[in-house]
Amino acid sequence: MANNEEDVKLLGFWASPFSGRVKMALKLKGVSYEYLEQDIVNKSALLLELNPVFKKVPVLVHKGQILAESHLILEYIDQTWKNNPILPQDPYEKAMARFWAKFVDEQVGPVCFKSVVKADKGIEVAIEEAQELITFLEKEVAGKDFFGGKTIGFLDLVAGSMIPFCLARGWEGMGIDMIPEEKFPELNRWIRNLNDIEIVRECIPQREKQIEHMMKVAERIKLA
Amino acid sequence: MNQEEQVQLFGLWGSPFSKRVEMVLKLKGISYEYIEEDVYVKKSDLLLNYNPIHKKVPVLVHEGRSIAESLVIVEYIEDTWKTSYPMLPHDPYERSMARFWAKYVDDKVMLTLWKACWGPESEREKMVEEAYEGLKHLEEELGDKQFFGGETIGFVDIAADFIAYWFGIAQEASGVMIMTVEKFPKLQRWSQNFVGNSIIKEVLPPKQKLMALFKAQFGNNASN
Repeated sequence: MANNEEDVKLLGFWASPFSGRVKMALKLKGVSYEYLEQDIVNKSALLLELNPVFKKVPVLVHKGQILAESHLILEYIDQTWKNNPILPQDPYEKAMARFWAKFVDEQVGPVCFKSVVKADKGIEVAIEEAQELITFLEKEVAGKDFFGGKTIGFLDLVAGSMIPFCLARGWEGMGIDMIPEEKFPELNRWIRNLNDIEIVRECIPQREKQIEHMMKVAERIKLA
Repeated sequence: MNQEEQVQLFGLWGSPFSKRVEMVLKLKGISYEYIEEDVYVKKSDLLLNYNPIHKKVPVLVHEGRSIAESLVIVEYIEDTWKTSYPMLPHDPYERSMARFWAKYVDDKVMLTLWKACWGPESEREKMVEEAYEGLKHLEEELGDKQFFGGETIGFVDIAADFIAYWFGIAQEASGVMIMTVEKFPKLQRWSQNFVGNSIIKEVLPPKQKLMALFKAQFGNNASN
């Protein structure tokens, strides 16, 4: 088969929210791509060659150019394919989207899963600290269909891949009701809105498989 | 001047994160009001109002709205003041690569360099090894360019400000020598170019003050 320069390849891992969000972005823009599932434990020579610095997924290859780090890949996709914009145009709104996305991956991820699993100060304190962070997001999405407004945007892709379809599967497996409806009505509404979108549904891992996977991750965290 | 148009920066004299923003404001010729926040002593009500999530500096306030996280702020400045001194390349791929290296410095390298100087004894060897690895990647990326940004200071140079200036002082204060001219000639040359720039020079905190700060804060942990 002729190697088309325009070909897009995505190296990913089925359970990874970081890979999932890139898939969503590509689908949103109608970009066809070749998906290469990676074994993140026994990493392939290809992965190590394409991402020698971080050795992680996702990695996007477009026109022979290689990109790593999901936020950067999302921004690249947005700049390259102009339909269905992901990031807002307004500089302040853009800055806010980037700020909250960083917050989701750097704070919410670790505090709301890793710290809960380890529960160094007891499970109740861990849940309280996790919910404190999640409350910021509750406020951020209040009154809106999505973080991006009427349609899904950058923060929806980041938080959507991370929270309801990754962390929440972990909480389910642990028997924790982390974001009850009474406490987080806005976020719960947002999750229902996400579930209505075909692109999102197509790019999330199967529920039971993900719960099983998150339990394995939890085990590794406990042993570390 | 219209009050709303004013730019205010809440910063800390010795912080490389805070200084990143000041450097960019000065390179772009943007006037601003600087407010020193001694965050280790007491955080002002104003700061807590503008950055309730992280309660940290730097925070930029422009047109009455606040933005936190130094590199998010730098990108906001880039998006808002488009005509003077571009910090990022125009091409989407080159732009993504600049962001990638800035992220690498910010997320990985800075912390390992710091820990290599002052981390717990048990982790020291591992941190020194990781520090070398990080610097090697950067040495390679820099190559024969004057700056990471090419002929002028760019996004990655700003992100790596710690390496150009603070790290040298940290090494001197802790007695741990990692970024030697023999091992990293290109990074050494780059550091000199960076701190020698007339605008950057004005912004950098005084060496003696930083040295005294490092020795006071970390002197007890320094190995003999």
